Amino acid sequence: MSRFSELLVAGCLIAAAAGASANSSFPGVGRAATPAEVKAWDIDVRPDFKGLPPGKGSVDQGIELWEAKCTACHGSFGESNEVFTPLVGGTTKEDIATGRVGAYIRQDAPQRSTLMKVPTLSTLWDYINRAMPWNAPKSLSPDEVYAVLAYLLHLGEIVPADFTLSDKNIAEVQQRMPNRNGMTTKHGMWDIKGKPDVKNVACMKNCKTQITMGSSLPDYARDAHGNLADQNRGIGAVRGQQTSEGAGGGAAAPAPHPAMELMKKSGCSGCHGIASKILGPSLRDIAKRYKDDRGAESQLIGRVKAGGSGSWGDVAMPPQAHVSDADTAALIKWILSGSPEN
Amino acid sequence: MSQITPRPGRIQRAPEGFLSPEQIREVSAGRRDFLRTAFASASMVVAGTSVARAADGDPAILTLPEHSTTLGRPVAERPYGAPSQFEAGLRRRESPGLTRVAGSSVSFSPLQGLFGIITPSGLHFERHHQGWHDIDPARHRLMINGLVKEARVYTMDDLMRLPSVSRIHFIECGANTGMEWGNVAVPTVQYSHGMLSCSEFTGVPLSVLLDDCGIDRKRAKFVLAEGADGSSMTRTISLDRALDDVLVAWGQNGEMLRPENGYPLRLVVPGVQGVSWVKWLRRIEVGDQPWATKDEAVHYIDLMPDGTHRQYTSIQECKSVITTPSGGQTLLDKGFHNITGLAWSGRGKVKRVDVSVDGGRNWRTARLETPVLSKALTRFNIDWVWDGSPAILQSRAIDETGYVQPTYAQLRAVRGTRSIYHNNAIQSWKLADSGDVSNVQVF
Ligand code: HEC
Ligand code: HEC
Repeated sequence: MSRFSELLVAGCLIAAAAGASANSSFPGVGRAATPAEVKAWDIDVRPDFKGLPPGKGSVDQGIELWEAKCTACHGSFGESNEVFTPLVGGTTKEDIATGRVGAYIRQDAPQRSTLMKVPTLSTLWDYINRAMPWNAPKSLSPDEVYAVLAYLLHLGEIVPADFTLSDKNIAEVQQRMPNRNGMTTKHGMWDIKGKPDVKNVACMKNCKTQITMGSSLPDYARDAHGNLADQNRGIGAVRGQQTSEGAGGGAAAPAPHPAMELMKKSGCSGCHGIASKILGPSLRDIAKRYKDDRGAESQLIGRVKAGGSGSWGDVAMPPQAHVSDADTAALIKWILSGSPEN
Repeated sequence: MSQITPRPGRIQRAPEGFLSPEQIREVSAGRRDFLRTAFASASMVVAGTSVARAADGDPAILTLPEHSTTLGRPVAERPYGAPSQFEAGLRRRESPGLTRVAGSSVSFSPLQGLFGIITPSGLHFERHHQGWHDIDPARHRLMINGLVKEARVYTMDDLMRLPSVSRIHFIECGANTGMEWGNVAVPTVQYSHGMLSCSEFTGVPLSVLLDDCGIDRKRAKFVLAEGADGSSMTRTISLDRALDDVLVAWGQNGEMLRPENGYPLRLVVPGVQGVSWVKWLRRIEVGDQPWATKDEAVHYIDLMPDGTHRQYTSIQECKSVITTPSGGQTLLDKGFHNITGLAWSGRGKVKRVDVSVDGGRNWRTARLETPVLSKALTRFNIDWVWDGSPAILQSRAIDETGYVQPTYAQLRAVRGTRSIYHNNAIQSWKLADSGDVSNVQVF
């Protein structure tokens, strides 16, 4: 639809709603929302399940959907640490009974999984519905949300393998969430006038007799953030420390290779790091694999356009058809040349 | 060689500009006096071409540079200006290994090189949960629904017709300094405190819009703010905040918001952690219960020593940090230095900042530079003459409620070390006799 006809449609809506907005102190500004508009956007689900659409989905249905839509990033069992922290793990039968995750009290949890934290099941329904899969948010039907959530709950042994989650039983299942009793709002940081829990006094003279060094940056971490000389100005009272080889002192950095910008613009950077694997392999690894393969260039152009999986693993690359032929060719040439940054 | 050495103490405001890696190493090794020779040899190079002028003074003065003797570039060559090529070091950066994918990650503001209280819009920190978009403002809408007389829709045209206000406020991520709860983890203030920025925001008070829709003041207790991006970020905001100073903003530092900061519309929730400042704002719902959304039931919850999580921790308590000298920097010489930093409080104005150079034994009160505004960054400065011996620099802010920024020991005694969020402890920077500054925690 052209911008002009869109304006016309919007104009008609405004005219239709004009009578309803007589209360406004700003005549001519804003209009009443139509019921269909409110329905389209008002998707939130509260802990009392206000806003939850009716529907249902079984663990079995969930397994299939999960494999197709969630496994790539979260692992088959919600255990993956690759793209995000694990969704599942660290909860026990006893936690389900008490509603308190014991690992926090024992302090033996290496990581906090989603199920170890979330007290309310509504939260997961609402979030998966609005935001997952990460690369295609809002693409699941309500029944699909129930199904993948049923599978997720089953992975946490909160519901049995033959369970069907629905709007009818979701409130009961919420009463089995392992950390449902693990939250508190007894603190002073919700209300602006709340009472602080930590207290210091402004001593000015001879406040301590001894200074104990508690912690300092380990040597190996000194250059983990790159060359600090390049991250400070080259004039003034201080310079950045030289923590690795580089120009130093804030001198003009060499211009980045134009392909770097093209990578970002074309959306490749989200999945491919130059030297690091993200969802897809690192670009340098791709160059390494096809180093001696003369046909690689045209072959890879085709693969990028068509997408697919199997060359590097089970995760698929979506078809990159939105990128022009010239850009794809330029990118592949650059990747195969080892992805020089400048 | 050093026949042109100027007065001692005036040596390294080096017109020759940048130090080579070699020279920086020399500085790090404690040989600050080498700069004299460096200066002299730079002069010698010039002397080779233009007849032994070095003896007369600084070649940067004596030999006219190209920019003084040639025609410069025309107006509007860069219709949207950009920083000098010599400022390339100061940019937003990610902390390697902190997150797994760049679409759900953080980039930090380079606080170590910023002045005053306003963060340049291009250096404002970023936190996205599902990437960012550059949204066509003509197609953007704000809807208000829930406990209101009439659910309403506003276009950007509508919103920008309304009476607007402009206010300067800080925004700090609740997880700022979160990597440092247990121990020192990062080298510089960019990574330790750089999820912090401050801008002048322009928009319409949310209370004006809520009134326009006829908010049900009897039943309303909370509002939900929702973004238009893939994550449709949602956060519950208590009604007293919503009706107080919250803005629905489109302007930032005189221009429109940057896309990474929510163009064309974001919520500004002064004093409250950044996650509530919902970007690409599409909807406000008025309700009577909190929503327990993903980012208030799975994240942005603070783990306490007893194994409970605090939910709906929102207010950013009083905090400060010295930005120069700070971790990863090297002082080039003994003598006079201006210790400078930032202080802020989510509960109001900063009342006072004290600075210690001996690890918290003794404190002196710093100057607060104007403006000192409520829920805004406040710049502090204090004079210091460094005698070349090791020192530990700290700042301690006090806000108008009388709250004093705590030490690590005090904070951990109550909240343990596993919280991730709301670390507002006093920061320590250790200055070695070499001039190198590093990140430490002291007790
Ligand atoms: C392309 C990768 C990807 C896919 C596919 C994906 N997710 Fe996610 N998921 C993520 C990322 C990244 C996050 C964290 C987002 C953030 O930081 O806000 C996340 C977060 C979540 C969370 C919240 C976890 C937490 O602790 O905050 C849940 C639940 C979840 N995903 C479920 C699913 C389900 C169910 C599917 C399949 C329908 C799915 N995801 C598909 C990447 C993905
Ligand atoms: C959503 C994530 C994603 C995006 C976006 C993406 N890729 Fe990929 N890419 C992958 C994955 C996953 C693989 C591995 C596929 C496989 O195993 O066959 C891959 C593989 C590749 C390969 C190697 C193919 C082979 O057969 O060895 C190249 C080259 C490549 N991508 C280039 C690009 C370029 C160029 C872009 C941007 C135009 C891009 N990718 C965008 C995920 C992505």
